[in-house]
Amino acid sequence: MAKRIDVSGLSAYYSSFRAIEDISMAIEPRSVTAFIGPSGCGKSTFLRTLNRMHEVTPGGRVEGKVMLDDENLYGAGIDPVSVRREVGMVFQRPNPFPTMSVFDNVAAGLKLNGNYKKSELGDIVEKSLKGANLWNEVKDRLNKPGSGLSGGQQQRLCIARAIAVEPKVLLMDEPCSALDPISTLAIEDLIGELKERFTIVIVTHNMQQAARVSDRTAFFNLSAVGQPGKLIEIDDTERIFSNPSVQATEDYISGRFG
Amino acid sequence: MSQTVNDRRPSSLQGATLPKWSPYAIAGGSIALGLGISAAAGLDSKIQWGLMAAVFFVAASYGIAAKVEGRRQAKDRVATSLVWVAFLLAVIPLVSLIWETVERGVKVVDVYFLTHSMGLVTDTEPGGGIYHAILGTLEQVGIATVISVPIGILTAIYLVEYGRGRLAQAVTFFVDVMTGIPSIVAGLFILSFWIIILDMGYSGFAGAMALTILMLPVIVRSTEEMLKLVPNELREASLALGVPKWRTIMKVVLPTSVGGITTGVMLAVARITGETAPVLLLVWGSTFINTDPFDGPQASLPMYIYQQYANSGGSGAAYDRAWAAALTLIAFVMILNLAARGIARWKAPKTGR
Amino acid sequence: MDISTKNDAVPPPVSPPSEAEQKRAARGATRPGDRIFLGLSRGSGIFLLVIMAAIAAFLTYRSVLAISKDESNFVTTLEWNPTAAEPSFGIAVLVYGTVISSIIAMVIAVPIAVGIALFITHYAPRKLGGPLSYVIDLLAAVPSIVYGLWGALVLAPQLIGLFGWLDDYFGWTGILDWQGGAPRSLFTVGILLAIMILPIITSVSREVFRQAPLMHQEAALALGATRWEVIRMSVLPFGRSGVISASMLGLGRALGETMAVATVLSPSFEINASLLDPGGGTFAQNIASKFSEASEMGRDALIASGLVLFVITLLVNGGARMIIARRAEYSGANA
Repeated sequence: MAKRIDVSGLSAYYSSFRAIEDISMAIEPRSVTAFIGPSGCGKSTFLRTLNRMHEVTPGGRVEGKVMLDDENLYGAGIDPVSVRREVGMVFQRPNPFPTMSVFDNVAAGLKLNGNYKKSELGDIVEKSLKGANLWNEVKDRLNKPGSGLSGGQQQRLCIARAIAVEPKVLLMDEPCSALDPISTLAIEDLIGELKERFTIVIVTHNMQQAARVSDRTAFFNLSAVGQPGKLIEIDDTERIFSNPSVQATEDYISGRFG
Repeated sequence: MSQTVNDRRPSSLQGATLPKWSPYAIAGGSIALGLGISAAAGLDSKIQWGLMAAVFFVAASYGIAAKVEGRRQAKDRVATSLVWVAFLLAVIPLVSLIWETVERGVKVVDVYFLTHSMGLVTDTEPGGGIYHAILGTLEQVGIATVISVPIGILTAIYLVEYGRGRLAQAVTFFVDVMTGIPSIVAGLFILSFWIIILDMGYSGFAGAMALTILMLPVIVRSTEEMLKLVPNELREASLALGVPKWRTIMKVVLPTSVGGITTGVMLAVARITGETAPVLLLVWGSTFINTDPFDGPQASLPMYIYQQYANSGGSGAAYDRAWAAALTLIAFVMILNLAARGIARWKAPKTGR
Repeated sequence: MDISTKNDAVPPPVSPPSEAEQKRAARGATRPGDRIFLGLSRGSGIFLLVIMAAIAAFLTYRSVLAISKDESNFVTTLEWNPTAAEPSFGIAVLVYGTVISSIIAMVIAVPIAVGIALFITHYAPRKLGGPLSYVIDLLAAVPSIVYGLWGALVLAPQLIGLFGWLDDYFGWTGILDWQGGAPRSLFTVGILLAIMILPIITSVSREVFRQAPLMHQEAALALGATRWEVIRMSVLPFGRSGVISASMLGLGRALGETMAVATVLSPSFEINASLLDPGGGTFAQNIASKFSEASEMGRDALIASGLVLFVITLLVNGGARMIIARRAEYSGANA
């Protein structure tokens, strides 16, 4: 089910400010691609262009092409709402709907489509929670508010919510930066399992994490503050961390800046 | 994990979408339909065709969208059109209110109108003016302001700078209670205490006391908010220099928040300037100029509007005067409001950089 | 918050302070300037409490005087004759009129106000939203007497057609029956009150919707929700209690509104099932219109009705504030 993403000549703007410039890359299906780079280099902005969330920000605007298999997400007549159902997203801070129970949170995306039977819904919720390695912890409290869970559980709840609608791609925007090390480990393990079924793109500030979880790594950088961010290189993770082809990548990875 | 769930999503990302201009077209069509039906049925009320057009608009948006784009999209469109309809429904009366007041009032407002009293002019004949009413309003509001500003600011200082314990809690609670007092009840209180029990007679001052009750909680609340915005570092810095607390408040805290406090006071003044009910009970009204707020009935601008409307038996000249006085009152209140907001913006704590 | 107290705590001195130093420190805490200033500001607070106590005391005193002379039941009587040889007056008609007109006002105003608030925060182009909320705030400042004048001379004539139509199609219900008199009934009052309380409900709701956490809205968007679904999933649940308290603040205004009602309503002291025909009155309107011809007994009777209004608005406003306070705790715990 996972799909391939092909980006070409993509720039994103906040009003007149160009945040990222002329990015082209291919993201392979059933793999984990990590985005790394210093703060403000536009990696989160780029991530948000992949499911048309960038344009939600006031003044947000995108130029270029993002192909999901053979369809351009920015083509004429494309419905951004359908795009976001194909390309799911997990955010930096866990954000379960505070007024909904654990069950309703996972079912939220499905209920939008309306026509699921009660038993069917229960099956999908269970399957998604199991898929997010959360089922055993919450199966007795499905009707309790989702905001009562711990931070790491909440984040896995959000992952369950995202995969319940069976997206083709899963975008993760620094999913562990608000979590403790043990919860982080749980999520990293989960990412390893999820890549069997989804195309996963993860933004991270933590280079060890990129090295641990990803198959390919893209390094973003900006020449100066106020300048647009650019893709410096993308390659197999092993290569990026052992023998990158650009000097700036090596400097960043070895901690010389950023 | 196998894919057991049947996929109900459209396989394509391409959704059938209505063209961008379609809401405008639907709106235009609905208005035309509403007008047409009204003309055919001989309905002359603007409210009716307006409501009809609104219903057509919402129904057509749903129907067309449901056909072309599907149910979820249609619901989204209905919500959008309902929100627009709500906006228009609210804007129309409010625009009409301002428009009518300006249009009907501007005929009568001139220098003569602003500088003469009703004196010997009877209610049904044209002429006369609002000088006595402006004078009364200015005096009553002025007295109320002079009483409530120091008490209100001091109370707010007490709550923010000293307030702990039972007394402060009680004051906070009753300021809230006081905010909700209907103006007529404030009037009744002064009536029972000042006029019935102390037998003092109707006067501008009696009205001013009721206005004070309405004004006090507003000033306390807004001043409190402003004082809370003053950073504690400023207080500490001053206290650390050995400046006594009361001088710290006077020389550091109040000057820092003076812009916000002024704004709050001006908004409170604007609010009580338009109060009619307590004035009606306590000032009684007069057609003559009475410069002494402590002795005898006075006029006031809002009460003048009411009396020109109510006591004139539908005479055109009186209605014209009522509109003209309403225009003057609105202008005064709006200028105060705009000035207050201007000060708030100008004196706002500079953020960043 | 407690910085000011810490300030009094002097760091432990290296050597025991001399007697003179101790004296000076003690005097520092109760410097005359500080004492006077504290006295003045505390006095102002106490003054405020005294006013509130006086309001309650005097209104109750005059009301007791009036009600003790009332020959009939103060709550259920359908007439208002406090000046008769055997005074007989009751608030049943006023309760009816006040409740009905406020209900009509709320039914019209709350959905529209929520709509405008959503329009400003989530639908309008950003360039329109700012000025629009500014205008709404300004409209809250229009004096009620001006609304009354407009309601009587502009709105009421426009309603004739609507009343006729309602009578034609829904007259059989009895509630919307219309005899063809001037359209200055409780229904008209309800519409006018709705227009008057729109700005306050709108501006409070707008602030609440604006605070709806972006992260929950983005979560809904990322699941493939349409704009309306985002609002339903994340904005409305967050704003519900805020809208309720905004509505109650609006209700408090509608209940106590005097001049607009007195100007528009053609008074008739009776309960009429039809909302379109004259009938009913409101507490505040009754006081304003009956006041000028009232004797001392008449005024006391009006004060008694005013006290009832006072208590009702207190309860409504208190309820609104309790909801706001609970919401503050909830969002604080959640942050």
